[in-house]
Amino acid sequence: MKPMPELVAQDGRTLAADHPESPLAIAGMTVSYGDKPVLFSVDFVTPPGAMLAVIGPNGAGKSTLIKAALGIVPRVSGKVTVFGAPWRDARHRIAYVPQRASVDWDFPATVLDVVLMGQYREIGFLRFAGARHRSRAMECLERVGMQGFAHRQIGQLSGGQQQRVFLARALAQQADLYVMDEPFAGVDAATERAIIAVLKDLNAQGKTIICVHHDLATVQDYFSHVLILNLRKIADGPVSATFTPENLQSAYGGRLAVAQIDRIAVG
Amino acid sequence: MTNTFVQLSLTPILIGVLACCACALPGNFLVLRRQSLIGDAISHVALPGIVVAFLLTGTLAAGPMLIGAAGAAIVAVGLIELIRRLGNIEPGAAMGVVFTTLFAAGVLLLEQSDTSKVHLDVEHALYGNLESLIWLRGTSWAALTDPVALAALPPQLGRLALVLLAMVAFTVVFWKELVIGTFDAGFAASIGARPGPTGFGLVVMVAVAAVAAFDAVGSIIVIAMFICPPASARMMTDRIGPQIGWSLGFATLAAVLGYVLAGYGPLWLGGRNSVSAAGMIATVSGVVLGLAALWGPRRRGAHRLAA
Repeated sequence: MKPMPELVAQDGRTLAADHPESPLAIAGMTVSYGDKPVLFSVDFVTPPGAMLAVIGPNGAGKSTLIKAALGIVPRVSGKVTVFGAPWRDARHRIAYVPQRASVDWDFPATVLDVVLMGQYREIGFLRFAGARHRSRAMECLERVGMQGFAHRQIGQLSGGQQQRVFLARALAQQADLYVMDEPFAGVDAATERAIIAVLKDLNAQGKTIICVHHDLATVQDYFSHVLILNLRKIADGPVSATFTPENLQSAYGGRLAVAQIDRIAVG
Repeated sequence: MTNTFVQLSLTPILIGVLACCACALPGNFLVLRRQSLIGDAISHVALPGIVVAFLLTGTLAAGPMLIGAAGAAIVAVGLIELIRRLGNIEPGAAMGVVFTTLFAAGVLLLEQSDTSKVHLDVEHALYGNLESLIWLRGTSWAALTDPVALAALPPQLGRLALVLLAMVAFTVVFWKELVIGTFDAGFAASIGARPGPTGFGLVVMVAVAAVAAFDAVGSIIVIAMFICPPASARMMTDRIGPQIGWSLGFATLAAVLGYVLAGYGPLWLGGRNSVSAAGMIATVSGVVLGLAALWGPRRRGAHRLAA
């Protein structure tokens, strides 16, 4: 049996030992870009089966948190476990969806080509996608209502359609944890409904969903748990207990009017 | 009777085609990664590496040259990262500083060292010597089956064939990693497709292509072939596989047409001398790029015009 990675929180608890089933547990994670620190010593345990929103003002380090946790940007310090195992041994259980604006949609690929990227691991080294992989990719496109666009070049899609293609690629990964960076940014209302329906469906099947989210008005409708960040962890827990005016006030400060907070927050 | 085409033109054309294809193939990924100038930069960096390798070994053999140039490229990449991190300078500026400094250092080194006995000078570095890579023993097509004549082929031919083969092998073996890492590096990292090492491997392959082609055809062709055929090919298709096919076709077209135009074009126009084949090949590839930009079916905006 592999030794459990050490994951010790600031208060001395051993997170991995406490939460071997947590899809994503982070202890003492600090990240900086150059000399500029962007996240200080974050401890966080994702509850299994959660539908979690990561919220906070612009520049709070929301995207950085998930990128550092998934090994996409380097960490200064901190430990991460995925389902109780080191990230490297469990990353096939994670489907990561980057911000739509982070890629060049002029890239010469069709919708189907992009969804097939989700099956990278299954296709395997020195092999190319076969009929079986293509038919799975088509099923994933059907689940997001994009089967009619399989052979379109990706640059010819609307923003909402591009986001659905990214979701289809994540579905093709058949993961247990879905980590999405602003999946609702700049999409049309129909796409937002389609994406949330797919995510709720996945969540009902026991999958854990983590979304960086910026629309505070929909947090209570869409999510079960919330992690509030502003360079540090402000609060985390079930939406009903955590999405409170006090926590939002301490995360957003003067950037949200009191009246706004009262309208969206719990209680 | 001597067949002058086989003797004087066949090998330069073949070498030109191999050099152009060896550069155009990895160039596809450079262009899509918006790193086109890396090809340009590496052909600059290669110079000090080649000079140092010559000073250490005293020969212009391919092996030491490639190692020297690859070493210089690695040093350059390290220096760029260092300047970018320590100086907090944007990557483009860091690259510009490192590449021009290393090229200048190479020129100084070249001037100070005794390279008069070998064919290594700044002019050669720019234009190459495609026209001189003739096959004196190749007196007729029958020479292609004559082992004695084949042994006298210019060594650049075999070397570039090997390099092109290596490019094809690298592209096929790491196809998925190259494509995914180029389109979406963050996603590639999340699935373990190692975009960092893949990108580094691509740069090393670009350096190998640059050095091998540079020895035969000079840096003008090298720079043009990394960028022009792939950029033209992107405007012909919307998928990366066919794009690479088009780019190899355009590279071959530029090499053959450029060589023929350089040799005979001035005569047809009533002139007396031929012009530089390297220059003409680069010019043809630029003209092809211009035509593709004007009429290519997948040029930017063509979809909207058609709709």
